[in-house]
Amino acid sequence: METSGLISELERCFPPDRLLQRPAQMAPYESDALTAFRARPAAVILAETQAEVIQAVRLCHRHAIPFVARGSGTSLSGGSLPVEEGIVIALNRLNRVLRLDPAQRIAVVEPGVINLDVSRAAAPHGLYYAPDPSSQLICTIGGNVAFNSGGAHCLKYGMTANHVLGLKAVLPDGEVVQLGGESLESVGPDLTGFFVGSEGLFGVALEIILRLLPKPECYRTVLAAYDSLAGAGDAVAQVVASGLLPGAMEIMDALAIEAAEAAVHAGYPRDAAALLIVELEGERVQVEAEFAHLLRVIEGSGPKTVTVAKDDADRARIWKGRKSAFSAVGRLSPDYLVQDGVVPRSRLGEALATIERLSRTHNLRVANVFHAGDGNLHPLILFNGRVAGELERAEALAGEIIQMCIALGGSVTGEHGIGMEKRQHMRAMFTTTDLEVMAELRRALDPGEISNRGKMFPDGEAPALSSHGVHPLERQGVISRE
Amino acid sequence: MSATLSTTMSAVTVISPETNEDVQTVVCAYEQIVVRGGGTKPALCTAGDGATVLDTRRLTGIVEYEPGEFVFTARAGTPLREIADALAAYGQYLPFDPPLVQEGATLGGTVAAGLSGSGRHRYGGVRDFLIGVRFVDGQGRLVRGGGKVVKNAAGFDLPKLLVGSIGRLGVIVEASFKVFPQPPRYATLRVSQPSLDAALAAITRLNGSTFDIEALDLLIEAGAPVLYVRQGGLATTLEERQQSLRIWLGVGTPLRETDEAEFWAAARAFSWAPADWSLVKTPITLNTIPVLEQILQASGAQRRYLAGGALVWIAWPGELAQLHVYLTQLQLSGLVLRGETQWPFVGARTGASLAARVKRVLDPTNRFPIL
Repeated sequence: METSGLISELERCFPPDRLLQRPAQMAPYESDALTAFRARPAAVILAETQAEVIQAVRLCHRHAIPFVARGSGTSLSGGSLPVEEGIVIALNRLNRVLRLDPAQRIAVVEPGVINLDVSRAAAPHGLYYAPDPSSQLICTIGGNVAFNSGGAHCLKYGMTANHVLGLKAVLPDGEVVQLGGESLESVGPDLTGFFVGSEGLFGVALEIILRLLPKPECYRTVLAAYDSLAGAGDAVAQVVASGLLPGAMEIMDALAIEAAEAAVHAGYPRDAAALLIVELEGERVQVEAEFAHLLRVIEGSGPKTVTVAKDDADRARIWKGRKSAFSAVGRLSPDYLVQDGVVPRSRLGEALATIERLSRTHNLRVANVFHAGDGNLHPLILFNGRVAGELERAEALAGEIIQMCIALGGSVTGEHGIGMEKRQHMRAMFTTTDLEVMAELRRALDPGEISNRGKMFPDGEAPALSSHGVHPLERQGVISRE
Repeated sequence: MSATLSTTMSAVTVISPETNEDVQTVVCAYEQIVVRGGGTKPALCTAGDGATVLDTRRLTGIVEYEPGEFVFTARAGTPLREIADALAAYGQYLPFDPPLVQEGATLGGTVAAGLSGSGRHRYGGVRDFLIGVRFVDGQGRLVRGGGKVVKNAAGFDLPKLLVGSIGRLGVIVEASFKVFPQPPRYATLRVSQPSLDAALAAITRLNGSTFDIEALDLLIEAGAPVLYVRQGGLATTLEERQQSLRIWLGVGTPLRETDEAEFWAAARAFSWAPADWSLVKTPITLNTIPVLEQILQASGAQRRYLAGGALVWIAWPGELAQLHVYLTQLQLSGLVLRGETQWPFVGARTGASLAARVKRVLDPTNRFPIL
């Protein structure tokens, strides 16, 4: 790729401390949370204003050089992996909350704003931003928009797309568009919704209008232990079928329980094969009545023990264990792969039994920590990259789990996106025509395919897969893979 | 092919395909096509001379519905009434509360028009519940986007792209939705307001409160603003919750149980809007209401503000060109559902250039009307 013309133009626009070109400076940008992939860009731009982002995109377009916009690099599907010899546009410095309007319950933010900072800014007004990916301490709204991020509380209020009302974006050919607006409603094709989840292929969001929700009056949380993973899975189906609508419903298996206990002493029962967390939220009177009903359903699902959170501290402890489970499990093993797949909720028990069987067949340990209420599985496959063949076996096992999700009528990804990781599975989800239409839509916005080239579509070029261990932030427990 | 063909008095041909393959054949065979479902939003589906109407009503039936999964898939021409009945048998419902259910609106038409009703206040609109779609584009290609599970991040979100596309990007032939358990019981408080300002202040307070409100509509009754606040939930607690809400608001009269259901059914049917007036959907925000209300009142329009000030239905007595001018001044956009117009959008518009790019891919020869 001939980048010298572009680089010299960029050098005229950006000071050297914001146009990184030395390998040592660029090393942190060579990978994201899917550390198996790594690629070295020609330069990294640390953009500070929307105008700079627009200018960078226009220059890349003029020189036909691919670029990847990047927030905190927490993508688990390799979505923010650079294109070799391309440009990275880092957006972390575009981190202003431009407007917070409590009466209209919206926040207008720049893409580099950290997810949790939206809720923090909204908190004094009794409001919060609902999507809560586990990396919410560090991941940015721009990345959430690109990958339609989920979280533990998607069951009732949906994913990122359901909370983005409008946005301003620069398309890959440099046109700046305004989509949607401040209203919850819109007319004409839902272009905002179409943009969200486009994995960076449609360009870069510059300003995002987010919907905020009032914090619920009351939460009630129950922890139920089961003798088998399938038992916990079946309990989820029963809760869903009971007509209750929990805010969150999560499952952890024995390996995850053990690891979480060792890490944060969440007070989980240690002898259980599986743990189910169910949380109701809403008006106190209603929640109390529904909770009584929930407890009857849970009691009827054959649990070993049932523990009810007595107060906020109890609740916080339960969630701390859950949210730390991934990094805790990660510490049990030199390496691990995280899968993200979806099965119909009524078939969770069956899916979990299959994963247990596959784990035995491949002789690799698999931990399960996941958003059960959505049928969104996150099996964690433990392996040692230094043992010859283990990475390949782990990959094979991961692939079989994804095949199972497809066979059960589910999806190859619930919230991590296709990115680099799942491209080869797109053909199992979609027909040639479906993919052709998607590719044409992409080229209508990006004729040169310069925006996040190589992602999502099955025929993209990929650098060789290798095992690089966990992300440094993950090792510190700051982020986790789910 | 098994499609039926009938010609009406005018020069408009109506074709009613029965299968997806039929739809593909029809799309390839005719140069100008207008897609029509139940025809309940005539401004969106009236064909001019020389155009062919593709009537979706024989693309009918629920394809898949497993109640325990809270997900269903139905063909586009399935009447909403049939879907609502099937869901109700298991205590489930369409939380976005689509309008014109009893009047014969179809599932596909509701998606294409992008319509949600008063109940969208609680959990969101049609865009938030549509999880998968199958459509035939202007090149006759059968395309699928999304899936049949509640959470799915694979591929571009074509389902959302089709929401509000009013049959101008393709013919929706099948749609999958997630649904929710329906509250077993509802109760509504009627709250008279001394002034518009007071009404808006009350909406603002409610929007920021922890009350779980199913619907929050603002009506103008005999010139005075009145709020209707709907709550839903377990029968055992509903009365107590309504009482708390009433105390918190300081005023409010509960609607009688029989009137309650009737009131919201009438909202869904637009029975408040004079049948020969234009009917326009306009997305708004709370802070635009004072100026808009002045204009609508002065123009003699009937109106109903929904979902805590997110949306207004306008019944417009005069020329739509005048409404277009007013909405443009306020930077608001509208969609004409009923009324004399060649072009269903009024007021300001965002994203038109992106929509045009998409249109060139899916319908390069403009078989469907321009978008």
